[in-house]
Amino acid sequence: MPTSLAQLPIGSRARIVSIEGTDSTSSRLLEMGLTPGQSIAFVRTALLGDPLEVEVRGYRLSLRKTEASRVIVEPESASS
Amino acid sequence: MPSTSGTPLRVALIGNPNTGKSTLFNALSGQNVRTGNYPGVTVEKRIGHSTVAGQAIEWIDLPGTYSLVPRSPDEWIAVDVLVGQNVAHQPPDAVLCVVDASNLERNLFLFTQLLDLGRPVVVALNMMDQAERHGISIDVERLSDRLGVPVIPTEAHRRVGIDPLAEALIRAAQSNERAGVVPFPEELENQCQKLETALAAGTASSSTETGSTSQTPSLPRFLQLRLLLDRGSDSLRHTLDAKYRERVEPLLDSAHEAIDAARIDRASVEAVSRYSWLNERLEGVVSRGDRPVGAQSFQDRVDRFLVHKVWGTLTFVLLMLIVFQAIFAGAEPLTAGIEAGVGWIADIASGVLPEGVLRSLVVDGVIAGVGGVLVFLPQILILFFFIGILEDCGYMARAAFLMDRLMARIGLNGKAFIPLLSSFACAIPGILATRTIENRRDRLITILVAPLMSCSARLPVYTLLSSAFIPSTTWLGGWVGLRGLTVASMYALGIVAAVIVATVLRRTMLKGETSPFLLELPMFKFPSPRTVLGRMVERGGEFVKRAGTLILAVTVLVWAAASFPVNGEAEKAFQTRLDELSVQAEAATVPADQERLAGEIDRLEKTRQSERLRESALGQAGQLIAPVVRPLGWDWKIGCAAIASFPAREVIVGTLGVLYQLGNEEDENSQGLRDAMRKATWDESDQKIFTVPVALSIMVFFSLCAQCASTLVVIRRETGRWSWAAFSFGYMTVLAYVAALLTYQIGTALGG
Repeated sequence: MPTSLAQLPIGSRARIVSIEGTDSTSSRLLEMGLTPGQSIAFVRTALLGDPLEVEVRGYRLSLRKTEASRVIVEPESASS
Repeated sequence: MPSTSGTPLRVALIGNPNTGKSTLFNALSGQNVRTGNYPGVTVEKRIGHSTVAGQAIEWIDLPGTYSLVPRSPDEWIAVDVLVGQNVAHQPPDAVLCVVDASNLERNLFLFTQLLDLGRPVVVALNMMDQAERHGISIDVERLSDRLGVPVIPTEAHRRVGIDPLAEALIRAAQSNERAGVVPFPEELENQCQKLETALAAGTASSSTETGSTSQTPSLPRFLQLRLLLDRGSDSLRHTLDAKYRERVEPLLDSAHEAIDAARIDRASVEAVSRYSWLNERLEGVVSRGDRPVGAQSFQDRVDRFLVHKVWGTLTFVLLMLIVFQAIFAGAEPLTAGIEAGVGWIADIASGVLPEGVLRSLVVDGVIAGVGGVLVFLPQILILFFFIGILEDCGYMARAAFLMDRLMARIGLNGKAFIPLLSSFACAIPGILATRTIENRRDRLITILVAPLMSCSARLPVYTLLSSAFIPSTTWLGGWVGLRGLTVASMYALGIVAAVIVATVLRRTMLKGETSPFLLELPMFKFPSPRTVLGRMVERGGEFVKRAGTLILAVTVLVWAAASFPVNGEAEKAFQTRLDELSVQAEAATVPADQERLAGEIDRLEKTRQSERLRESALGQAGQLIAPVVRPLGWDWKIGCAAIASFPAREVIVGTLGVLYQLGNEEDENSQGLRDAMRKATWDESDQKIFTVPVALSIMVFFSLCAQCASTLVVIRRETGRWSWAAFSFGYMTVLAYVAALLTYQIGTALGG
């Protein structure tokens, strides 16, 4: 079931399905390596649950919940 | 063979943020660097020169960026320079792409865009040591092979790989070979081809029509893609020449239709194509221990702690406290040393120079003024030292991560945190650092509130007043002191004021949605001593330069304003009376009489000094505004000092020195300015001027007031309008006055 990155449980992994929208935020997300098919891990959130920290293409990126909700993902079963 | 011509090879440096590009630029260009601004916009231009193997090279440092798609001023400039619209209106001979070896994939995205510009490209694989430490190994030869360009491993902070890199660039610039580009889906390629054909035809026809020999160079593939993919964004206005626009614009609608009909998603096709090309090329080139999420590498454990909801926040607060404590306790012996040195020089000058105007100028004006500012150099160096470490080890980005939610509340984002934090050192680099904020409104708000952060120039005021008038009570074995707390609360005041002002601006003058927040959290690394110390020395040097030029000039002006004009008649009357008293004193035989007369001479001398000051231009200005500053608890001398501090606030210490020490010249036992101020009384009374509420009201005023001409000039430059500089000045002055008024009135009412 596709869901948004913002709704994943902390520590889980997922595969990106698409990025919603065609504005500068979505193209920025794509440029930073969040492309469809790419695997992404939700590492943690800051104090108060926002922003999120994710790992993608071997580096760590911080993004807000509002941006993360535009990243549509397919959850993967947690790897050991 | 390399050419021996005098025209230098022009090499542009570009790379993602956090790749060590600036360090590499410094290593390549040595000490020979000019900084300035690009015309029209306010992106810093850094150009260096060096000679490698007989070849002169001009190095152009471009702003750090993740992508060439122009959205922010930094990116516009990068594209302009690379396509030759800016800087000598010629594209560079070669482009050096600096990448972080431990994060190749994301870093090379920019590289694939560079290929589309058609210039020779060389990749500097920087921070190799760090990548190796994280278990990442790279087959450099194979990488170079796959990318089709020279790849040179470097460690900029240790100057490893610098010469091979420069040599590779020279070779690349002289070669006609170009690497292949990232292929895009067929229909997109077709449309690129169409644009190319149309331009070529246009060039041919126009040159025959006008008979001009000027050639329109073909449009780089990168710009063709921009036209086909992101039309409608205002980015093209900045990068595309009008002559291209006319010719290609009519073709675009049908091109877009064709691309859409081929089911190509114009929003994502570029990123998808480039990244999948890179994935293919990097296969078998990079090997890293694939670790699952949650695995406890050292990196993870540090990170987990530092951004932890509770521990991370506590660490952040603790770090800030340690920095402030170090500024105070750590700088003490060094400060004392400089104080002693300045005193020693003043004594020598007093001994050599005859009494009179010149001695007064040198001792009271120049030495006291500049010395009074230099005394704070140790504290400023310590502050820059800490900021340097936090920047270099990667903590700054974590701080932005931690602070984003807070910044979002006031309508800013975590990226504003770094400029604001830098503003604690100096608002100018802070304001310049706002260029990383893409949203114009966010950037403007950050610029407008940045000067409210207590910069290092306020520190002298805080230190002087708190050490002179706040009791030296300490708790917890000397780790927490009342003076330190006072200063910390001045910093807090600036922050609170910034929060309020930003919130108000966001709701009134600068309404709008908050911008996206995408921030890379770089890997933690041990800070490089060379980088940290280098930055500290550079910034400390800038401060000394300021002390030596602007502040010196202002100090001398203030001295002159405080010494002239002289009221001749009053002087004469004083002199006559003094002479009479001296004659009487010499004639006196009874010790009691001698003592009485000496006291009288003393008092008269003091009155004369203070009358001189009152008659002076500065004194008159101070008295003019005395009724205005009286409600703040200030006497006219403090008013004078405040007036004199508007060009540059660090002048206040020197000014107070001139104002209060001029009246106490005869006191050989003076322990400096602090004592002079402690002793100062209201005219013709024993009531002390400086009480705790007065000291606090001055500190509050200086904490909030826009007393820095350079900052206002930078605001004008960065916002493009004098009106924003005037607005900053106006709102900060009003805020400062009101807050100082409240401080004094409430403080006095509470019985301080």
